[in-house]
Amino acid sequence: MDSGIVRMSAADLAAGIAAGDLSAAEVTEAHLGRIEAVEDRVHSFLHVSAEQARRAAQAVDAQRAAGEPLGPLAGVPLALKDVFTTMDMPTTCGSAILDGWRPPYDATITRRLREAGVVLLGKTNMDEFAMGSSTENSAFGPSRNPWDLARVPGGSSGGSAAAVAGFEAPLGVGTDTGGSIRQPAAVCGLVGGKPTYGATSRYGLVAFASSLDTPGPLARTVLDAALLHEVMAGHDPRDSTSVDSPVPPVVAAARQADISGLTVGIVPELSGEGYQPGVLARFAEAVELLESLGAKLMEVSCPHFTYGLAAYYLIAPSECSSNLARFDAMRFGLRCGDDGTRSAEEVMSLTRESGFGAEVKRRIMLGTYALSSGYYDAYYGKAQQVRTLITRDFQAAFEQVDVLVSPTTPTTAFPIGERVDDPMAMYLADLCTIPANLSGNPALSVPCGLSPDDGLPVGLQIMAPVLADDRLYRVAAALEAALDRRRGYPLLDDAKGLA
Amino acid sequence: MTGTVSAASGPSAAVEKGAAVTGLVPFGDAVSRYDPVIGLETHVELGTATKMFCGCPAVFGGDPNTHVCPVCLGLPGSLPVANRVAIEYTIRIGLALNCQIASWCRFARKNYFYPDMPKNFQISQYDEPLCVDGWLDVTIDDPGAEGGSRAIRVGIERVHLEEDTGKSLHVGGTTGRIHGADYSLVDYNRAGIPLVEIVTKPVDGTGELAPAAARAYVTELRDLLRSLEVSDVRMEEGSLRCDVNTSLSPRGSGVWGTRTETKNVNSLRSVERAVRHEIERQAAVLDSGERVVLQTRHFHEDTGTTTAGRGKEEAQDYRYFPEPDLLPIAPSSQWVDAIRAGLPELPAARRARLMGEWAVSAREFMDIRNAGAVDAVAATVAAGASAAEARKWWLNELVRRANEAGADVADLPISPAAVARVAELVKAGTLSDKLARQVIDGVLAGEGTPDEVVAARGLAVVSDEGALLTAVDAAIAANPDVAEKVRGGKIAAAGALVGAVMKATRGQADATRVRELILDRLRA
Repeated sequence: MDSGIVRMSAADLAAGIAAGDLSAAEVTEAHLGRIEAVEDRVHSFLHVSAEQARRAAQAVDAQRAAGEPLGPLAGVPLALKDVFTTMDMPTTCGSAILDGWRPPYDATITRRLREAGVVLLGKTNMDEFAMGSSTENSAFGPSRNPWDLARVPGGSSGGSAAAVAGFEAPLGVGTDTGGSIRQPAAVCGLVGGKPTYGATSRYGLVAFASSLDTPGPLARTVLDAALLHEVMAGHDPRDSTSVDSPVPPVVAAARQADISGLTVGIVPELSGEGYQPGVLARFAEAVELLESLGAKLMEVSCPHFTYGLAAYYLIAPSECSSNLARFDAMRFGLRCGDDGTRSAEEVMSLTRESGFGAEVKRRIMLGTYALSSGYYDAYYGKAQQVRTLITRDFQAAFEQVDVLVSPTTPTTAFPIGERVDDPMAMYLADLCTIPANLSGNPALSVPCGLSPDDGLPVGLQIMAPVLADDRLYRVAAALEAALDRRRGYPLLDDAKGLA
Repeated sequence: MTGTVSAASGPSAAVEKGAAVTGLVPFGDAVSRYDPVIGLETHVELGTATKMFCGCPAVFGGDPNTHVCPVCLGLPGSLPVANRVAIEYTIRIGLALNCQIASWCRFARKNYFYPDMPKNFQISQYDEPLCVDGWLDVTIDDPGAEGGSRAIRVGIERVHLEEDTGKSLHVGGTTGRIHGADYSLVDYNRAGIPLVEIVTKPVDGTGELAPAAARAYVTELRDLLRSLEVSDVRMEEGSLRCDVNTSLSPRGSGVWGTRTETKNVNSLRSVERAVRHEIERQAAVLDSGERVVLQTRHFHEDTGTTTAGRGKEEAQDYRYFPEPDLLPIAPSSQWVDAIRAGLPELPAARRARLMGEWAVSAREFMDIRNAGAVDAVAATVAAGASAAEARKWWLNELVRRANEAGADVADLPISPAAVARVAELVKAGTLSDKLARQVIDGVLAGEGTPDEVVAARGLAVVSDEGALLTAVDAAIAANPDVAEKVRGGKIAAAGALVGAVMKATRGQADATRVRELILDRLRA
């Protein structure tokens, strides 16, 4: 294993491969070696596709040898959340109900990554159907946080986050429905972006909540996240909700890293009681740092953010109760009790009963109830009204400021097992991230140091106007550069869980 | 708990009692005491090239599960993309039915589990249909009315767009339904074919004509859809399917009764029979003091009767909500105007025009229409025949042959142009009516065009006067006593001489001309 290679950024790996200083094959081997070495402790992956990865790397090397142009991330390995369909790998969504399923098609994100020459190392662990904040809802056991193996890596994209924080891959792809990229990024000390809703295609992303699901990048640096964002984003005619407009210049913004003259709004509703003191301390310092870098600060109230969590837990379960109806044992996946004596309905029921985990069942029941005749207006209807009010809060705020900031999560990584029996405590992990999902605004989590009370990473969330994703990277890159200068070495060098 | 049980036992007891009344009240008696109210929900598969939400071909048949993809199979991760042509066709239908077209509306998910529904929800429309509040004028046969027909205006509640389901084949068991089957096979070729649902407002006041009104509405709708070129509207292939709602109101009460919904009534004749049967059945239920139960019923083609399906009182909650995977439909007024401008002449306008051009009464036109010969007559007129000739040949001759062959008149292997040519030959005196029928026989038998049949069979009328006079003279010579009677003033006796000439010419002479020649000869 070459520890040098696995600690390199995606940008440096891509440059090295393009220059011929590194081969894609050796980069892939180094990461497969790292996976081999640490995977039994981290459990980031549900499936490692070593042979396909080697072939993809060889193809990049052959392309370079032939003098053909290479994409910006050609030859760079990546950990793909197991919620995107892949023709050459299983796709389980962390659920027993899809165990053994081989999709007959690639998701648009999968296809774009392959076409860019990105080397897919395998599929990463996740909370079942992306429902959760810890990966503990995976049917295949939890992933662990490389900072402290007794703690969760966040979720639902916890497998991708653990893989990137554990140097098994320089890049990860996740999906963010209520914070499922930003929260794991925050608790693993990574950069994680949720693009504007519709900026990244959902085709082939197995739906949890269609109006909220957003694919996005996970990386160790802001520039790497921006490079991946640019490869992933763009209009997809197969997704009707896909935005048909140019991808914002996120890579240029990450390189610019200059925030002088920018107005930064602080949301008082996303702070205060219930937040870990160390998280608030690091957040306050980061805000001061932004000011010292030339930003103007302003407090901007978003009064309806308070109702975000409640609205989210009606809208997301409602959509999921319908989206997950297709897992019925008829056409794919698990089938239970089909012994010739049972009706189709009985087989459907038995399969769903044994194939879905407790949290998925809880949300299907919540959503089924919320959509029921006689309850729809009071629950789903009211939640949609809250959603509109939150969207208006964002619009009003962005008339005054260029970006909004908040802590990404109320606490740092919590111990495995601590919240599994307390759904409400688990749901609170997404308190700060949910508003941007409900409104569709882009948001990103960037590390802002380690909490003084437990030495674990703290994330700062940046939120921007719809389609102004580049502003996220501009602010994040400025903060990252200032913090790295102050510290003198990369934050992840302090992650000792795998040492 | 007790409360729940007793609340549930009321309706279910009524179901059993209602079902126990098995008699029928004779139709005439039933409609003398009850006013039927009918309503129709019609599903039309659109004739688009591709399915509603994916690129698979939208065609009837094919080997099972060959016209499928991740989208119409509802595989995890797949997403729908709406077919613009299907939306255009739906607007076209809405405009032809005099509906308002929504400037903004959404698809909704209708959630229920069934093996032939790939996603276990159907993408449909709920409270925001694309077209609302229209009407369709319908003419019903009414022997009692002036002119033999009666016009009614059927209100259209809504026209909306949705996707079709797959098809289940239940193997084993006796009913062909899922309950009692040994196993079921599902073909998803049909899943995702664009389906338009057209719902009428309740139609009352038709009395004993209710069954005929239901049939006339579906007939008119079928003709309208065909003229719009949005569907092949083949009931036997399921591209036009009807659900028929029927209720009875005690005559003069003004209070509508509980309705039943008879599903999948799939021929024009069945629509009429289903309404008739429900009137007779519901009248018996009401006469016995029971109440009609709100329920779905199945129509049986063989017996013309209906049987109860699941009770609507335990109906499923479909948990409709706006489809988050699709954008709202917001047709611009320019687009709607362009679609309106592109509408073809609609059947009602065409009928009015043709009645004028052909100089026929409503009753006469109805005969042509009921015979399914409007297009054939029109094409024959277009090919040069007079309306009277075209009507005569199609209605008197070809309809009979179609009936004998059990085929639609339009499907006979003779073109309107050929019929026009036959009419022309008759008019020119080349063919007698009798010979013309033989020519039609030849054309139908595949012997070629009318001219080819005339030549091959040697069927032309003998119009050479010299040859005819020879035959006339021979007939007179052979029947001197008959000739004498005619000379003596008994003109009627000439018939025997005409017959002899026709026999001698193997029927190929013009009998009228032969008669003239005989009378000339005997007067001389």
